[in-house]
Amino acid sequence: MSIETTPTNLPSTERLENAIELKEVEGLSQGQIVRRRFLRHKGAIVGLISISFVALLAFTSIGVGPIPGWWKWDHAGLHPVANPGGAPTMHLPTWLGGTGFAIGDFPFGQDTIGRDIFARTMKGVQTSLIVMVIIGIIATVVGIAVGATAGFFRGRTDQTLMRFTDLIITFPVIVIGAVLGKLAGSGGAFWLAIALGLITWTGMARLVRGDFLSLREREFVDAARVAGASNVRIIRKHMLPNAMGVIIVNATLLMSAAVLLETALSYLGFGIKSPDVSLGTMISEYQSAFATRPWLFWWPGLFIIVIALSVNFIGDGLRDAFDPRQRRIPSARRMQRALDAERVAATEEPKP
Amino acid sequence: MFIFILRRFVTSALVVLASTFVMYILTDIAIDPLDDLRTSTAPNKQQLIEGRIAQLRLDEPVVTRYVDWLAGASKCVIGQCDLGTAWRSGQSVTSMLGGAILTTIQLVTAATLLAILVGVAVGIVSALRQYSGFDYSVTFLSFLLYSLPVFWVAVLLKQYAAIGFNTFLADPHLGWPTMIGISLVSGLIWAGIAGGSRARRLRVLGVGTAATLAVLAYIDVTSWLSDPGLGIVAIAVLGAGIAFLATHLSTGLRNTRARNAALTTAAIGVALYYPLQYFYYYVGASWPIMFALLGLTLLVSVLVGWAWGGPDWKQSARTATITAVPVAALLFIDRVMSVWQVYSESNLIKGRPIATIGPKTPGMTGDFWIENLDSFTHLLLPTIALVLISFAGYTRYSRASMLEVMNQDYIRTARAKGLTERTVVMRHAFRNSLIPLASIVPVDIITLVGGAVITETIFNWFGMGRLFVVSLDGDEIDPIMAYLLIVGVLAVLANFVADLLYAVLDPRIRVNA
Repeated sequence: MSIETTPTNLPSTERLENAIELKEVEGLSQGQIVRRRFLRHKGAIVGLISISFVALLAFTSIGVGPIPGWWKWDHAGLHPVANPGGAPTMHLPTWLGGTGFAIGDFPFGQDTIGRDIFARTMKGVQTSLIVMVIIGIIATVVGIAVGATAGFFRGRTDQTLMRFTDLIITFPVIVIGAVLGKLAGSGGAFWLAIALGLITWTGMARLVRGDFLSLREREFVDAARVAGASNVRIIRKHMLPNAMGVIIVNATLLMSAAVLLETALSYLGFGIKSPDVSLGTMISEYQSAFATRPWLFWWPGLFIIVIALSVNFIGDGLRDAFDPRQRRIPSARRMQRALDAERVAATEEPKP
Repeated sequence: MFIFILRRFVTSALVVLASTFVMYILTDIAIDPLDDLRTSTAPNKQQLIEGRIAQLRLDEPVVTRYVDWLAGASKCVIGQCDLGTAWRSGQSVTSMLGGAILTTIQLVTAATLLAILVGVAVGIVSALRQYSGFDYSVTFLSFLLYSLPVFWVAVLLKQYAAIGFNTFLADPHLGWPTMIGISLVSGLIWAGIAGGSRARRLRVLGVGTAATLAVLAYIDVTSWLSDPGLGIVAIAVLGAGIAFLATHLSTGLRNTRARNAALTTAAIGVALYYPLQYFYYYVGASWPIMFALLGLTLLVSVLVGWAWGGPDWKQSARTATITAVPVAALLFIDRVMSVWQVYSESNLIKGRPIATIGPKTPGMTGDFWIENLDSFTHLLLPTIALVLISFAGYTRYSRASMLEVMNQDYIRTARAKGLTERTVVMRHAFRNSLIPLASIVPVDIITLVGGAVITETIFNWFGMGRLFVVSLDGDEIDPIMAYLLIVGVLAVLANFVADLLYAVLDPRIRVNA
């Protein structure tokens, strides 16, 4: 029997891909499959590592609140200017074209009055991360609560809650920032984040509502109801876990948007105000000095991008992990191996 | 349907009403009109404070003031808006709004159109070349753009795209290594778009690199940037290219009638090159004339398509129209470019044409073309900033929706019945992939009228967003409320249009709320 099969018998690539995929996830729970898929998404892993690194650097270097960090300066202290113009003391190693690797006293440079830019940037990163997490948590919780209630109960409740959502959408965030600035003096990151979280949940609410509207028609919800489960239990135990994918993905996207929102508000002067430090206020303070002291401007911007980009990539990885339709395209070698295996199986089959 | 619209209208009106009420109270908390007087050292301080309290009726409860404001605002329904006055300047808010809305529309129109066109095109190509190097690069790029803070990018743009480029214009020569580098990158992009077998990609890479290098070398050698212009030859070449591309995308090159119609349209455009110069000289030029010419162009192209026509003349007419618009745009661009040298060497510009702030050079006077060139150089940077930010979203959306559509059964059916890949992609997939965008684009466009607050602030355009921020800083409640009212109405309207459009485009969706 010849090994060559006729073209009509050739296994289609799609079927092979399915077979490979199926073999990989055989006998695994949903959680395990998601974790596996997430871990092999390179962008997401790089994002996860870089944001952990940034967070670790920011929180250990200058410390949190009363706990001191390992860096010698704090963000507010004034120091004599080390380099002319406050230029950075950090140098690239010689093999990268620098003058030999050195960190020095002020690796990111100093501003005109001698504040250490590294400490200030780290403080700004702390602010951004805290704001991001708080907005993420509040907006997610409120969004789930409103969306789930609207989608589960439908009818009048749905109408009322969705019009309320429309109302919140018309509120510009700048006004909220300004109101907060007035009420709480210089407010601080914490209150700003809470206020922003309370108006950025609308997208999440709409998504969850849409998901719940279709989930509540499914059989397992009927089954739970017949078994005597209460509404709260059905929502909590039967429907929420099924909507978790959408929720987690949207929460990460919300968080990356939150970083940009906070910095933009602070840039315009309606967010975090001095003496608190935000990457946005740093950029607005220093933008006119760009031509003469570019380091004042580069670092805060770079950190904003690193944070937002990492979170976006993590979100992308999570979306791939949670989407059952998403298949990894096997490498050419694996396809060939699977193809060979099938052919061998096809030739061996008719033997006995 | 009627009941749906009516009900939606009533609830929307209630939402806007509630929104203005909440916002009036919040804004009243946020602003402090007496701020500057409290720290004043004027001897009659107490008197001044009392005067202002009386002027702004700060002694009355906030709800009373809201009701009065609402009474004025509700007259808008009968066409007699009274949105109060900005008390610092004494200007009426309605007069301020007119200028601000125009400025914002001027700022965002080009940016929105460009972002949608380029974003959708890149997204579609990226979906068609899924899991290729091109796709991965586009994905990474769109994530990167998505994470960029616009205020940071704007400062960089001012430094490099304006100041740096202006300095570069003094001696516009790139040098060979840079030119070869740019050409290679462009060749790689073309190869990525072309896809297909390795040989095909290599061929496209070679041709793309060589073509880009030739264009760059021509620009460099002739110092084209100091006195740019297309001329009739370049327009003829580009016009023919556009005609072939349009035919290829809309009907396929096999359709000779459509191809001839497109080529005829391009030829008419080229033939009108010199007559148009006389036309502008004797008749003059203005925006109404330009729009009339555009209308005429469309009419002529449809007629050309009909004349070449045959049984399926609409296809030819469509192709001719798709060709006519970019050729007309080329003619317009060429005419604008022809005043470049005059503009650039004028006293106000002094060889640094790319502007960083404001919508126009103060004191700049000239004919229609100079004025337009002036506003284009001012629009350039904000437009780039806005496009960079919103481009990413459209790419992601159109890529996702194209991928979704390409896996549908009707695509398989279309392929199975033997249609060409071009027909499958352009007719069956592309059109349907645009449906989800119909629910996003209206919202984006209409909310942009609310102003790109940050972009307007950085580039100093006094549009809606700037008006809002300045009024908030200056403690003037009336302009703030006018802004919030307009934005609120527009947001509600946008959602409504999106829902309606979606229902019209996708028959599976029923409107019965």
